[in-house]
Amino acid sequence: MAHDAPTPTLYGLMAEFDQPKALVAAADKARLAGYRNMDAYSPIPIEELGEALGLRRTRLPILVFLGGLFGCLGGFGLAYWTQVFAYPMNVGARPYNSWPQFIPVTFETTVLGAALTAFIGMWALNRLPQPYHPVFNVPEFARASTDRFFLCIEATDARFDPRSTRQFLEGLHPVGVSEVAL
Amino acid sequence: MANEHPQHRIGAKQDARAEQVNALLARTPPVIAPGHTFDSVTETISHTVLSKKTPLGWFLGFGIAFALLMVLNMTIGKLLLTGIGIWGNNVPVGWAFDIINFVWWIGIGHAGTLISAILLLFRQQWRTSINRFAEAMTLFAVACAAMFPLLHTGRPWLAAYWLFPYPNTMGLWPQFRSPLIWDVFAVSTYGTVSALFWFTGLVPDMATLRDRAKSRAAQVIYGMLSLGWRGSARHWQRYEMAYLLLAGISTPLVLSVHSVVSFDFAVSVLPGWHATIFPPYFVAGAIYSGFAMVMTLAIPLRKFYGMEDFITMRHIHNMTKVMLATGMIVAYGYANEAFFAWFAGNPYESYMMYNRMTGPYAVFYWSLIAINAVMIQLFWFRKVRDNIALLFILSLFVNVGMWLERFIIIVTSLHRDFLPSSWDMYAPTRWDFGMFVGTIGLFLALFFLFIRFLPAIAMFEMRTLVEEETHELERPGMV
Repeated sequence: MAHDAPTPTLYGLMAEFDQPKALVAAADKARLAGYRNMDAYSPIPIEELGEALGLRRTRLPILVFLGGLFGCLGGFGLAYWTQVFAYPMNVGARPYNSWPQFIPVTFETTVLGAALTAFIGMWALNRLPQPYHPVFNVPEFARASTDRFFLCIEATDARFDPRSTRQFLEGLHPVGVSEVAL
Repeated sequence: MANEHPQHRIGAKQDARAEQVNALLARTPPVIAPGHTFDSVTETISHTVLSKKTPLGWFLGFGIAFALLMVLNMTIGKLLLTGIGIWGNNVPVGWAFDIINFVWWIGIGHAGTLISAILLLFRQQWRTSINRFAEAMTLFAVACAAMFPLLHTGRPWLAAYWLFPYPNTMGLWPQFRSPLIWDVFAVSTYGTVSALFWFTGLVPDMATLRDRAKSRAAQVIYGMLSLGWRGSARHWQRYEMAYLLLAGISTPLVLSVHSVVSFDFAVSVLPGWHATIFPPYFVAGAIYSGFAMVMTLAIPLRKFYGMEDFITMRHIHNMTKVMLATGMIVAYGYANEAFFAWFAGNPYESYMMYNRMTGPYAVFYWSLIAINAVMIQLFWFRKVRDNIALLFILSLFVNVGMWLERFIIIVTSLHRDFLPSSWDMYAPTRWDFGMFVGTIGLFLALFFLFIRFLPAIAMFEMRTLVEEETHELERPGMV
């Protein structure tokens, strides 16, 4: 892929928009034009972008379910093992495995397992924390967290060409197009 | 003519209907004042944090809170050196201020989770501008609450093996059949999940602060807290999913926490505690008192930081209505307790109720009835809901009323139980009050730091709200 790009120091080309709708339309056109390695950046979550960029659904819900299941079994297992094997205590001749009384703890550990998985899983799948990223090299990008919307076509894309891609992006009527240094 | 006539009538009816709907809509204040843009909401909220100037009032408020926090430190120091004998607890009132204040603080926290999680699931737009500081309130309230049972152990450094299941050389394990252990799991899970939810919500705003900060220190600190967030569409997709899942998980969690707290009482066999209504009644009371605390904090916050555009009368009205609804559930709980004390025909149960109403603590019982059942009826009136100063005072009363409720539930059931020979009176000492006032200091000090150094209103959610509101106006066919 490096031999395609004349400047190996280029991460990609980035177009700037001032409306969320313009960004969604641009992402749509870029996908239809055959671009795949691209990403959109916005100060608010935009639901339509997922479809426009052709993103796959996230695996997070399955991970969270497994995390909750682990918490559930772990919590009940802990209560069962400690009360039946490790430290059995006869309370009013009730059975050692007095499972209804283990339910509150099991419920709480289920919630804890699911919540920790949702939190850690989301950041891990997003590859965050990541202190450095090339998009921050563009001075205009500082407004990506306030009121500007960006579409970046990356140099690794098979169809990427510094000149034709720039022309393509300029055809989308952006506020501006900038090069993203690596 | 004959054909046109009925049509004309229907048209007139529709017009009248539309007029009615419009009149109703005009009466409902907006969730955000009109005319705001992405930049204006971001600037207004981030300015409070990034501005070099700290208002004088902030120093005054923080100073008072900090002084109270020092009272807490002194009380804890005295407690650890002397023991819990400095408290007014006795036999038969084995726990009093420590559990009253624990339940009170935990209850206050519940409104934060309700606003951030349950209202998110119900797509209530008005939650957006109050969720961030309500969640902060939850965290600080849980921190205050956790302190009481921990210090009630007298030796909190040993509490680890009394409370948490960890393998120790003595081969001891906690008793999983005890509601007190359920409490440990419920509260520590609640604290952890609330912190995760809060931090997750903060990350995109940290990125905004990083990008807008002028000073190097602010850039570095907010930069680290932002985890390198860049607003990528892929990230937002997983982020929104995680946020929704956390909200879905927090919803049953928050209901379970106060239910488990109520089990501390309901699982015992004491008159006045052993009641199946306790879990729902406690949860409603928690939300009721929590919303009162959100009001107590929101009213000065919007006034002194000029946030009236974001925390509008709509929020104030809605919070008042939630307080009215949950307060009525609580009042139903009181009626239910009194009814069953009579209907069950159990002499201990009916004496408990008689003692509450006419005994030595009757003045507190009737005060809580006056506040939680009678005073809240004022919330039915729109004139009251529009009067900010009055609402502030009423919300303070609700905080007091809910504290009195816990005092009555705990002290009146304990001080006169089955055996008249073991009856006794309970009175708190100055150390009890010191610790209670001290936790209020801790809570307020943390809150003052929070509004100075973190965005008190979720900026990215406000931007989303601005976007939705503009679309609302564009959409044709809106009456």
